[in-house]
Amino acid sequence: MKFKDYYQILGVSRDASQDDIKRAYRKLARKYHPDVSKEPDAEERFKEVNEAHEVLSDPEKRAAYDRLGANWRAGEDFTPPPGWEFATGGHGDRDGFTAEEAAHFSDFFDSLFGGLGRRGGMHARGAGGPGAGRDTYARISIDLEDAFHGATRQLSLRVPEIDASGHIVVREKLLNVRIPAGIRPGQQIRLAGQGEPGVRGGPPGDLYLEVDFNPHPLYRLEGRDLYLDVPVAPWEAALGRSVQVPTPTGPVEVAVPANSGAGRKLRLRGKGLPGNPPGDMYVVLQIALPPANTERARELYEMMEREMRFDPRRSMGGKS
Amino acid sequence: MKTEVIVGTVLDDSVTVSVDQVCSLCRVQVDWVVELVDQGVVEPVRREGQWHFLGSQLPRLRRALALRRDLGINPAGIALVLELMDELDQLRARMGGV
Repeated sequence: MKFKDYYQILGVSRDASQDDIKRAYRKLARKYHPDVSKEPDAEERFKEVNEAHEVLSDPEKRAAYDRLGANWRAGEDFTPPPGWEFATGGHGDRDGFTAEEAAHFSDFFDSLFGGLGRRGGMHARGAGGPGAGRDTYARISIDLEDAFHGATRQLSLRVPEIDASGHIVVREKLLNVRIPAGIRPGQQIRLAGQGEPGVRGGPPGDLYLEVDFNPHPLYRLEGRDLYLDVPVAPWEAALGRSVQVPTPTGPVEVAVPANSGAGRKLRLRGKGLPGNPPGDMYVVLQIALPPANTERARELYEMMEREMRFDPRRSMGGKS
Repeated sequence: MKTEVIVGTVLDDSVTVSVDQVCSLCRVQVDWVVELVDQGVVEPVRREGQWHFLGSQLPRLRRALALRRDLGINPAGIALVLELMDELDQLRARMGGV
């Protein structure tokens, strides 16, 4: 297991005040909140920042963490010192954290603060009659092609459970989930019974899975419509030609009408995301200019210049 | 070992989710949901005497509740944040990439 430098994660010095820590935490929580941030590793960073805050904002946990010494480097191999024990004073709810939070903390955190003095969440609901497990939430990223053909994706979840001695332990659970064709970005899939386990024979909660799409090198999506920029030669756009373009379900021939300008959109009906109704695909023409890198190419451009009387800036009122 | 493949329900508008399920999922009290409805962030439908939300509204509602829970933003602030984020998403989509 790797050592985590909680001070470095929050960007504060080891002698930072509680106020400094709170401010640094709030700033980073806004920056990396997975619902706001577009940073590729936002979710990981957000968890890390929360874990650092959980330790450094709690005087007892911070003191215990500080006792490990200042010589550890982030990422260094770490095992807790022999005889390591952490128990909170046992006052108030602040000491504990919920089972859901526990599932987000790292092995490093668990090895230092896990298993002891936890209240709230599942633990608190351990007494009494049966209780339904809570619903949980996860995200999954799929490729655009998966939305066309459907796919099965493996999902790894950290699931909190209560062991025989009443402590919360976190274990990894792997689920193979069917992603149906026609799914759209941001849509959720409900997996009945895959949430937190119930207590004392209560039913388990459900898992809500939000589907994100990985960025695609070719296509961009707006709603259920797909856009593709397609470069064409000036003569293809001017004279009208049939060009082959890729679609997620295979290449198709598209007729480029004569006198097409750059930016012209050609609609391929029903070639967007599948569904009822399916989306459309738009081919957006880009005019690619052949380089004037040979004598002959320059001559052809000069001939056009002489003979075509073309002023691309006419509408700007200037003179060429 | 045979691997089981789980098939879920896609939450489109043919599916509704009760306000209790939303609160369980987002770990919040029901009055937070009421405040968001008052701000017009989400619109519930009434079924069997209880508020339900159309499946397509659920991602927005979950996002709103997470912003409140994790960052302490108030309901009016959340309404503004979500509108600005929608705009940003449209601009990003127009600039390329999914």
